[in-house]
Amino acid sequence: MKFETLKSVLACTLLSSFLVACSSTPPASTSTGASSGSATLSTDSVATGSIDAGGVSGSDIDTTDGIETVFYFDFDTATLKPESLAALRTHAQRLIASPVSVRLEGHGDERGTREYNMALGESRGSSVKEFLVLQGVDGSLLEVVSYGEERPAALDSTDNSWALNRRVEIK
Amino acid sequence: MVLLLCLLPLSALAELSIEITRGVDNPTSIAVSPVRMKGGSLSEDISAIVAADLDRSGLFATMPRANMLSNPRTLSEVYYRDWRIVGMQYLVVGSVLRQGDGRLSATFSLVEVAGERVLFTHVVKGRDSELRDIAHYISDKVFYTITGIKGAFSTRLAYVTVMNEAAGQVHRLMVSDADGARERLMLKSKEPIMSPAWSPDAKALAYVSFETGRPAIFSQRLDNAKREQLTNFKGLNGAPAWSPDGKSMALVLSKDGNPEIYLYRFATKTFTRLTRHFAIDTEPNWMSDGKSLIFTSDRGGSPQIYKLNIISRKVERLTFSGSYNARPRLSADDRTLVMVHRSQGLFHIAAQDLVTGDLRILTQTRLDESPTVAPNGAMLMYATKRGNKGVLAAVSIDAGSRFLLPARRGDVREPAWSPF
Repeated sequence: MKFETLKSVLACTLLSSFLVACSSTPPASTSTGASSGSATLSTDSVATGSIDAGGVSGSDIDTTDGIETVFYFDFDTATLKPESLAALRTHAQRLIASPVSVRLEGHGDERGTREYNMALGESRGSSVKEFLVLQGVDGSLLEVVSYGEERPAALDSTDNSWALNRRVEIK
Repeated sequence: MVLLLCLLPLSALAELSIEITRGVDNPTSIAVSPVRMKGGSLSEDISAIVAADLDRSGLFATMPRANMLSNPRTLSEVYYRDWRIVGMQYLVVGSVLRQGDGRLSATFSLVEVAGERVLFTHVVKGRDSELRDIAHYISDKVFYTITGIKGAFSTRLAYVTVMNEAAGQVHRLMVSDADGARERLMLKSKEPIMSPAWSPDAKALAYVSFETGRPAIFSQRLDNAKREQLTNFKGLNGAPAWSPDGKSMALVLSKDGNPEIYLYRFATKTFTRLTRHFAIDTEPNWMSDGKSLIFTSDRGGSPQIYKLNIISRKVERLTFSGSYNARPRLSADDRTLVMVHRSQGLFHIAAQDLVTGDLRILTQTRLDESPTVAPNGAMLMYATKRGNKGVLAAVSIDAGSRFLLPARRGDVREPAWSPF
């Protein structure tokens, strides 16, 4: 339930900033979400969510929703990629302005062993948590849950799918 | 309602079958004469089950029934010439009687053809529902007498299946006989199930289930399905491994900041931290004396196998070949270390002789994982992919023979071979 709220906040922020149609937003939470969300929108995030996404694409990376909620990693590492930092800062500002509990779900690709990938998924979640805490977010709001390779986002055994699976989802 | 009850368990089965892909170069030839019951019929073909067991080991080539010149049931019906002229080294004959108490009694003999010697005659008894157990018992006895290696045909497998169903992905923890038959459901969940591990008496399984919304370790008895949640910490709760005496369990928790190996004692329900390192420490497995653990750690910069003495806490690195060695398992004599080993970007199962240090790659597919050694050390099973489907496969420790256990439906993964 809690991550639903955050999603609404994010989605509705976009609604007010960009006037992008947002059909998936539950109407019930629009009023509360929009007010707190739009108040803290930074110029940073305007750049992140810019229109050059070229409309709705079929990609798993949801750029039309404004702020990324999925962050990707290289093989066998838990190091944040530079391109993740701007969106993570926006998440941090949002969580400081309106604290809600969120889950940081860490995942890995299918290569290597399952329990090692559980550990790797957790390291990735912890990297995101550490970054958000450094930005000033209350660490007790953030729970890291690793799913290892058990919940792949893409199913086939290709480099592309593996890249989509090595991720942390903010929920 | 009755129909539903009957159909549901059937559709839940992955239905493992066996495909032997390679045997040893000079297998021992053996014929298993059809076992029949006097004045009745049997619901299972005992001799076919015995022959399949022996074939699967890779060490034997059994004679097709259609080629047999005679079908003796007792020693007095054996004409050695019938087996000598077709080049058989060994012959198994047997018959079944129904006893006064309703139970079945199988008498069987192993014969060495060239020497015209009876190596043993043995009786095994059981109920009608235990015909497969009787067959595996015979296989074990024949296998041991000829090879000197204890047979593991009466053991079981635990594994996880994943199927896409109307309700979404369904994860199941299953247990079957070592030949994939008599598959039974242990746990079904919409959330992932992983890391099944047998208790040393083979009467219970530990596993990781995400049913609470995060990973937690459970144990569950096979006979009455009674389960207990052993851990409920924030972060990782994983990789359970029962100690050889069954009194404690090595497992992985990250409650103190990062993945470390802990010892859980059943009697006191206490957790003792065993490793202390900022790197990943996971996948513990016991040495047979119960005093040391082997585990995976990336403390050296890449995942490698280490050994930890529980008393002194001394840690020693065991693997040096390659940049990815993980999920160690040991043969029962502690001599052979099997693990997932990356070579040229591909993930294979490798065996390392801990005395000589010699490392052999046992598998040829590219996404092999979860090795588990049979309790007799002769074979190991692992999970791999065929197409985009997860299947189980097995290979002998010397890589001489191999077989596949594909499922008719769904993905199968994480095999765990039971103890004797």
